[in-house]
This record gives sequence, C-alpha cells and structure tokens, in this order.
Amino acid sequence: MTEIPIPSRARLLPFLVLFVAIAVWSALWLLQVFPPSVFPSPLAVARGLGEEVRTGRLPGDLVASLFRVTTGFMLAVVLGVPVGLWLGHHVRSRFALLPAINFFRSLSPLAWIPFAILWFGIGDLPAVFLIFMACFFPVIVATMAAVASIPSVYFRVARDYGFRGLELLTKVTLPAIAPQVITSLRVTAGLAWLVVVAAEMIAGRDGLGFAIWDARNGLRMDLLVAGMIVIGVIGVVIDRVLMRLTKISSVRWGYER
Amino acid sequence: MNDKPLRIEDGSVSFGSIEVFHHLSLEISRGEFVAVVGPSGCGKTTLLNLFSGFLKPSSGNVLCSGRVRTVYQEDSLLPWQTAAQNIAMGLRELSDTERKRQLAEMLRLINLEEFAGHYPHQLSGGMRQRVELARALAGTSDILLLDEPFSSLDYLTRLRLRRELARMLEELPRTVVLVTHDIEEAAQLADRILVLTDRPARICREVQVALPRPRELTHPVVVKTVHAILAEFGLEQDKA
Repeated sequence: MTEIPIPSRARLLPFLVLFVAIAVWSALWLLQVFPPSVFPSPLAVARGLGEEVRTGRLPGDLVASLFRVTTGFMLAVVLGVPVGLWLGHHVRSRFALLPAINFFRSLSPLAWIPFAILWFGIGDLPAVFLIFMACFFPVIVATMAAVASIPSVYFRVARDYGFRGLELLTKVTLPAIAPQVITSLRVTAGLAWLVVVAAEMIAGRDGLGFAIWDARNGLRMDLLVAGMIVIGVIGVVIDRVLMRLTKISSVRWGYER
Repeated sequence: MNDKPLRIEDGSVSFGSIEVFHHLSLEISRGEFVAVVGPSGCGKTTLLNLFSGFLKPSSGNVLCSGRVRTVYQEDSLLPWQTAAQNIAMGLRELSDTERKRQLAEMLRLINLEEFAGHYPHQLSGGMRQRVELARALAGTSDILLLDEPFSSLDYLTRLRLRRELARMLEELPRTVVLVTHDIEEAAQLADRILVLTDRPARICREVQVALPRPRELTHPVVVKTVHAILAEFGLEQDKA
C-alpha cells in the first residue's frame, strides 16, 4: 500500500471539525442545556487557559506529567523489550511466564494506586510506578509476539551469511520486530498518558491530573476543561511524535506491504 | 580439490514414521548443474536441507565440501535492507573498496543499478528474485542450492529469469542443485536431471542434457527431455 497524497485543502478539514465543535459547544452554552455553573463557555475556558499559562502553573504541571510519563514509559520499554525478546525465543519460558504476564496485563494499573501511595508516598514515584505497571506487560507481550512471528527463513538466511550473536540481534531480530514494536509503543504511550492523569488525581500534588482535580474541588469548571484540552492535545502530540518512527525508511516495509 | 563436492552415501531420512529417503546415493560433480524433479511432497526440499547441513540424515553420510548458498522458495530478502544491502550480505568478508566494486558488478549483472536503493517491497517479484540470485552468487561461494526459485513468478518472467540465471552462471560458475516442479525449467537449465519417485523417494531416472546454455525452450533436445520426463510420470506416451 502506498500513501495517497492528501490535497492541501483537505488538510484544513480537521480545523473545520474543530470549528464546528466549538460552535456546538457555544450553542449548548447559550441555550443553557446545562446550568452555567457546571458548563463553562468556550470563552471562559480560553480565559482560564490564559490565566494558567500566565501564572506558570500550567507549564509546571505539564512538565511534571511529561516527566512521569517519560520516565515510567522508558523504564517499561528498556526492561520490557529485552524480556519480550527472551520470551519470544524461549518456548519453555514463554509457556511458564505468559499466564502471569497476562494476569498483570489484565489488572487495571489503577488497582495498584493504594499500594503505590503506601509504598512510594505522594509525588513522582507513585505515578512513575503506575505508568510502569501499565506499560511494562503490554510491551513484553507485543515484543514477544513480534519475535515469535519472524519468518524462520530470515534466521536461515542469517545463518547462511554468517550472522551470529550480537550481530544476529542487531541486524536481524531487532529490525524484523521494529514495525510491530513501534505500533505497540504508540498504543502503550497512549495508555501511559491515560494513567498519569488518574495517578496524579489521587497520588499527586502537581501535574495535569492534579490540576483537574484541584479545579473540580475549587468549582473552577473553566480550568477543569482547560486541563482536559491540554491533556487531549498532548496525547495527540505524543502519538504524532511516535508516528514519526514509522517513517524511518528501514521500518516502512512493515506498514506498506 | 574435490571433484565431487556434493555426495550422499546410502542416506536415509525419516520424520517419525514417515520415511522420506531410503538408502539414497547421489554424487554431483564440480561445476555440474543438477535439477531434481518429482511429485510434490516427495522430499525435494529435504534433499537441499541435507546438502546445506540444515538437516542431518537418520543414517548414512552426506558430504558437502565448499561454501553453500541457498535461494529459498519463499521471499527471503531481508525487507529492512535495500537491494544493495541485501546483495552486500554475500560480500561481508571483503574489504570496503572491494565490496563496493563487486556490489556494483553484481547490480550490473542483474540490471538493477537504478534500483540499488529500493527496498524489496518496492520491487516486482522478478526483480526480487534477481536480487536473491545476486545475493547468493555474490562473493566466494562454491555451491548454489535453488529451492523452486521461480515458482512464484509469472510464466514470461520465469522464462526471462532462466536465461538470466544461465548468463550469471557463465560469469560466476558454481555447482548447482535446482529443485523444481517445472520440468521445462529443469530441461532448459540442467546438465543432468534426477527424477524422484513418491515417498520414500528414490531416483527413478537420470536424464543427461548435453547442450550448452543458454538453451532455447523449443530446441529439439529440450523438447525431447521434457517429453522423456513427462513420460516417466505417465503424463505422455513414451514414443521410444
């Protein structure tokens, strides 16, 4: 499959959707479908957003959340990919460990919140722990499945041409799994961004999740929606950044055939 | 120098209760092009696996002296490497400058200079197969094992690639074992054709084709060879 070029006018379509959404939102507010105290106007939210930026609270919260997501996510990738590689190559270990991994993968990371607070207190650590717990197991499973599905003929070719050990890993195994692993990283990073908000609501004193929670407690619905908008936008940006990885020429084969 | 680089002495292969080869003996001379034809599932690929050392015989001996390269039935170009990088896999032991020179030479030989930087998924089936051949013939190997290399291609591309393979082997001579179900292909390319029976396979007929390559598909000798093999499978009346 080759990419169909999008005409430049079509590129404006998402902005049109944005415009319509704001129009519908304004209409709902004008018609007072919900009481104004619990349904802020777009203008109030824009003002709230400006206020948060000026006071420096929003940038601070943003940095705190991004730091936690990056740390937890990177830890999960750095530890999860090697475990996945190992399990992908060893049928016996896979058989032994897969039920346990699936158990933890199915367990909502939010269920760990009480322990996260009891073990790590309040602040960065519990959030990093929760993000790690959310990402580690899916990364293992995705890597393992990718390794197990490498066509065996690639390994025969590698053997024919004398690839062994570390070279086999870097020249054959890792490039062969790269497209699938990158796709799973995109999904997992989205998961991490979901979890950080929940974690900060309960176990944080700053961060975007905490900002939302704080706005709700202060009945500042404008700030609450401002926080929601920032969270959504950053989620899209993170996915965009990771999508860049799929454009690397040596992994495009995985998405184009 | 060993003038019989490939030899099977009284080799038997079984997978569980299925006996693939029963006391098979076979010798292939240096520089010879041998084609193996037979009904599907009779163990043609197993024979190549014995030669490449991927499989050990249950009993008997397999002798293979020389460096072996295989062109597999399925797509086996590494999809994350360009055509040039795939071919360069066969030139790994060379110095940088020598590798560059030989790589350019191989790309010229398969007429794909312009596609050096293309990835396999950006090439047609015929181009991919030419890259596979170039990779297997690059560098200093002695034996070329071909496992139905053209079976996934359309008829005309197949004819073209047969010619190209003959031309490449003229420049880079190798001892070749070609496994195929395409009797025309065997008749057009091989010096000797081995016809295998159903499992447990034995060689039921050997056909020598004394005609220099490249050969016309409609050359009387090629046609006669095709006829002889078809007759062996009971698909044509043996006029002889």
